[in-house]
Amino acid sequence: MPKLKVDGTEIEVENGTTLLQACEAAGAEVPRFCYHERLSIAGNCRMCLVEVKGMPKPQASCAMSVNDLRPGPNGEAPEVNTRTPLVKKAREGVMEFLLINHPLDCPICDQGGECDLQDQAMAYGIDKNRFAENKRAVEDKYIGPLVKTSMNRCIQCTRCVRFTTEVGGVEELGAIGRGEDMEITSYLERAMTSELQANIIDLCPVGALTSQPYEFKARPWELTKTETIDAMDAVGSNIRVDSRGREVMRILPRTHEDVNEEWISDKTRFVWDGLRTQRLDRPYIREIGKLRAANWKEAFLRVAQKLKGTAPERVGIILGDLVGAEEAFSIKQLADALGIASIDCRQDGTPLGNAGGRAGYLFNSTITGIEEADAILLIGTNPRLEAPVLNARIRKRWLKGNLPVGLVGEKADLTYSYKYLGAGPDSLARLKDFDLSQKQKPMVIIGQGALARPDGAAVLAAAQSLGGVKDGWNGFNILHTAAGRVGALDAGALPGAGGRSTRDILSAAKAGDLDILFLLGADEVELPPQGTCFVVYQGSHGDVGAHRADVILPGAAYTEKSVTYVNTEGRPQMTRRATFPPGEAREDWAILRALSEALGATQPWNSLAELRKAMYEKAPHLARLDQVARADAADLAALAGQGGQMSGDAFASPIGDFYLTNPIARASRIMGECSALRNGARLEAAE
Amino acid sequence: MSVRRLDPVQPESFAFTKANLAWAKETIQKYPEGKQASAVIPILWRVQEQNDGWVSKPAMEYVADMLGMSFIRVYEVATFYTMFQLSPVGKKAHVQLCGTTPCMLRGAEDLKKVCQRRIHPEPHHVSADGNFSWEEVECLGACVNAPMVLIWSDTYEDLTPESFEKVLDGFANDRPVKPGPQNGRQFSAPEGELTSLTDKSLYSKDRTFQRIEMPPPAPPAAAAPPAAAAPPPVAPPKAPAAAAPPSNAAKPVTAAPETAPAVKSPSPVKTAEAQMALAKAEQKAEATATPEKAPSRVAASKPEEKPVAAKAPVAKSPDGKPELLKKPRSGRGDDLKLIWGVGPKLESMLNTMGVWHFDQIASWGKAEIKWVDERLEGFKGRAERDEWVKQAKKLAKGWRPDNAVGEKPK
Repeated sequence: MPKLKVDGTEIEVENGTTLLQACEAAGAEVPRFCYHERLSIAGNCRMCLVEVKGMPKPQASCAMSVNDLRPGPNGEAPEVNTRTPLVKKAREGVMEFLLINHPLDCPICDQGGECDLQDQAMAYGIDKNRFAENKRAVEDKYIGPLVKTSMNRCIQCTRCVRFTTEVGGVEELGAIGRGEDMEITSYLERAMTSELQANIIDLCPVGALTSQPYEFKARPWELTKTETIDAMDAVGSNIRVDSRGREVMRILPRTHEDVNEEWISDKTRFVWDGLRTQRLDRPYIREIGKLRAANWKEAFLRVAQKLKGTAPERVGIILGDLVGAEEAFSIKQLADALGIASIDCRQDGTPLGNAGGRAGYLFNSTITGIEEADAILLIGTNPRLEAPVLNARIRKRWLKGNLPVGLVGEKADLTYSYKYLGAGPDSLARLKDFDLSQKQKPMVIIGQGALARPDGAAVLAAAQSLGGVKDGWNGFNILHTAAGRVGALDAGALPGAGGRSTRDILSAAKAGDLDILFLLGADEVELPPQGTCFVVYQGSHGDVGAHRADVILPGAAYTEKSVTYVNTEGRPQMTRRATFPPGEAREDWAILRALSEALGATQPWNSLAELRKAMYEKAPHLARLDQVARADAADLAALAGQGGQMSGDAFASPIGDFYLTNPIARASRIMGECSALRNGARLEAAE
Repeated sequence: MSVRRLDPVQPESFAFTKANLAWAKETIQKYPEGKQASAVIPILWRVQEQNDGWVSKPAMEYVADMLGMSFIRVYEVATFYTMFQLSPVGKKAHVQLCGTTPCMLRGAEDLKKVCQRRIHPEPHHVSADGNFSWEEVECLGACVNAPMVLIWSDTYEDLTPESFEKVLDGFANDRPVKPGPQNGRQFSAPEGELTSLTDKSLYSKDRTFQRIEMPPPAPPAAAAPPAAAAPPPVAPPKAPAAAAPPSNAAKPVTAAPETAPAVKSPSPVKTAEAQMALAKAEQKAEATATPEKAPSRVAASKPEEKPVAAKAPVAKSPDGKPELLKKPRSGRGDDLKLIWGVGPKLESMLNTMGVWHFDQIASWGKAEIKWVDERLEGFKGRAERDEWVKQAKKLAKGWRPDNAVGEKPK
């Protein structure tokens, strides 16, 4: 391992480390624009110049390996200096060049206050400009509805080009022209198609690429930052919610190496305008076919009246995708107290949780495990739409080479090449071309598209038999799409003895065998027609469920409450409240607690902390936040032989429209715009 | 240079002609698997040739599909290189006018005015009749013939506004003038009279040139390696018969006497012999390291240096021709360089003559020395002056110097 001296401190670093990384390891600060840890090295901004002893000119530290340094004449460690007058002068020179063409429009620039160029010009630049000519003018480009461009400000670091090509996996951005006339653009100014495209807003060190929906909305220093967890997919991306007063102004990623690195999907980032629209801000009661505003007391009374005369067998409870573990535990406890057995958290009707223990419904290899995998078989899943950040991880592994990927299901552009093995379950029986038995760390990733069907249990059993489990490696992975699903399964929100599952609850409701249907944020189910059964909807948005409901109990969205979401790999993470729910809406655990009192089955807790205590007694691993409790692979054997025959139907993706998968996204104007653009593009492509 | 954009008016489609398509496929195959995108520049260049001198949007997309590249990547290349025209050019001529310093000093600006007057005031615009267009480019690389223009693939040099107009007229009338200098000069030869090397005597018949003879190069095989520093044997000692396929190129010179260049690989028997010989040579080297040791024993262990040959009566030739050998006895000659005054050059001369061994030289008399001396081109008198015979006698007895730069037999 090479040793070197940085500003007098001797350190030892790994082979292949760049000088810049070595300087950082030694505690020296090196300014940079084009360099980014997760992207390839371009070395074109020249801001990271350092002085290397023995070299006549300053060196770009990002593009130089420590292995290329020569030791001193007597074998002394090579010396690097970041604080010499030469370096200072070099930085000032580079900064002066960068500012030659950069407009002085910080007061009207959205990047102001969080701009790398601004900060570094203050720290490393000089206070005057010797350039008296005209500045370069560049036409602004259209690259989609999410990213606003202001190309005069571009310093051509090419981070955006490298991100879309390398991480996003779509070669859509490029640098055209040359020299002073170089411009960043998409081909003929077409909209980008990546689900991760908005990450280039964070990557852009200047204000050339800014958030279009957030345009001129707020300044960073006036926002309250809340570190929380995303609920748009089951990856559990770490996010920061920036709010001002009662409004969420924007959502940014936080770095979590084991989950989302530092990327988030566009849906995660831009769903915030959906938090303001279509909100249920007071209880409603349906009277003479029409919903009318009511107060909490009336609403609870109405539910209690209805429930009193109904046998528990004729009551069904379905939990939605965004339900936190606490709420799932609470409603399960309530259902048990009332003797209701028909409760199900799997609103899409998968057989997960029936057998196989925890290992039977987790992404057992974990997300970081993807980087170790030596083969990946995707069954009935399109990870690009179901978990874009996780898909980027698969692509990252694929780029390293020697990773065969197989797909059974719908053909799609996954941003990496794969072997298409068939459309439906029948292909699972003949996977001769894709042998996992010789692999050390194979991954079988089963999507909800393969499970949310009547023969889901049989597909699960067939997938289990494919041999993803090796000694010390569990390659059996369920890729969830719902943020709350694993937490609800952990909390035990499943049908009790003799209880109905989602599919049966819905068919019973249609057939008139059900009198009361309680929906806890469940909107993606086919509801019985008006008048057949009494529907109670508890949730945050006026979506399908609320439209059909006879009583509406307004709840809080995921940014307005503290709940535990367990991501698809089984990692419990807790959200924090960034804003308050609107109007009379309350946090869901509190609504359930109040309802239990009205129903005469008062729950034994008076605070969220007490509720959690009770929950942790049942599921202790939920208390260990941010730690993946590994499930026992031996439990998977129980999956075998379940579910009988598989049908011949092809697997269909559970995600019809990436941008409109949950009530919050459906209420978002930005998501609607993206969806329209994508569907328009699809139509165009189909013509 | 300016911002380059695609032309607003684009054709519907583009496709290579059959011949160009075949050429393109051949070009793509020149690049290793997975690197087909490297063919983008030659193929775009051919696109431009076929497409009346410019690259259109459908053509770029056609190339991208052909090479499996995304559109933006081809777009990047096409906009980066100014040799790719992104809008239509003149049907009859697209003038690329060099405006770099030498051409500018020699009147390129006047040519530019001609372009502006005859074609279009702005570069990259097609003339009213659609036949001409022009642009200013960087150095075209023939500054000696400045000023110059490039039209299609031919250069027109040494231009004046008048001759440039003639060139343009030629294209307009479909009778292009001959490319090259337009002032009657041949290529870049001096214009008008010669100004240097004009001295007549330089070219007179009486002028004599002294020829400097170089000695012929040494035949490579003749150089015998010094016995003490014999190269190690190459033949594998254990399974020589199963040796890898023979290769002449990689075959090092071995000490084995039978390893003639014609023999592809030494046979096991011969290899064994060679090794024995080498072992002996080493032994000999050891022995010679202590010169006081009995020379008789050393001589006895050296079959190739049997003193018999030296002691045998030599039939003297009347003209003094000494005993000469076509090739060294036992395949390898003595290191004649051990004789003080004989270097590699002389050694190879002696070897070509047929002198390989010390005993040969030791047997020379006056006549023989004279005969040899006559044939030592460039080194006449050396044999006598350096007392080769005396030295050789000592060496033939088995004496060897301590080291390469040490004592001489003299």
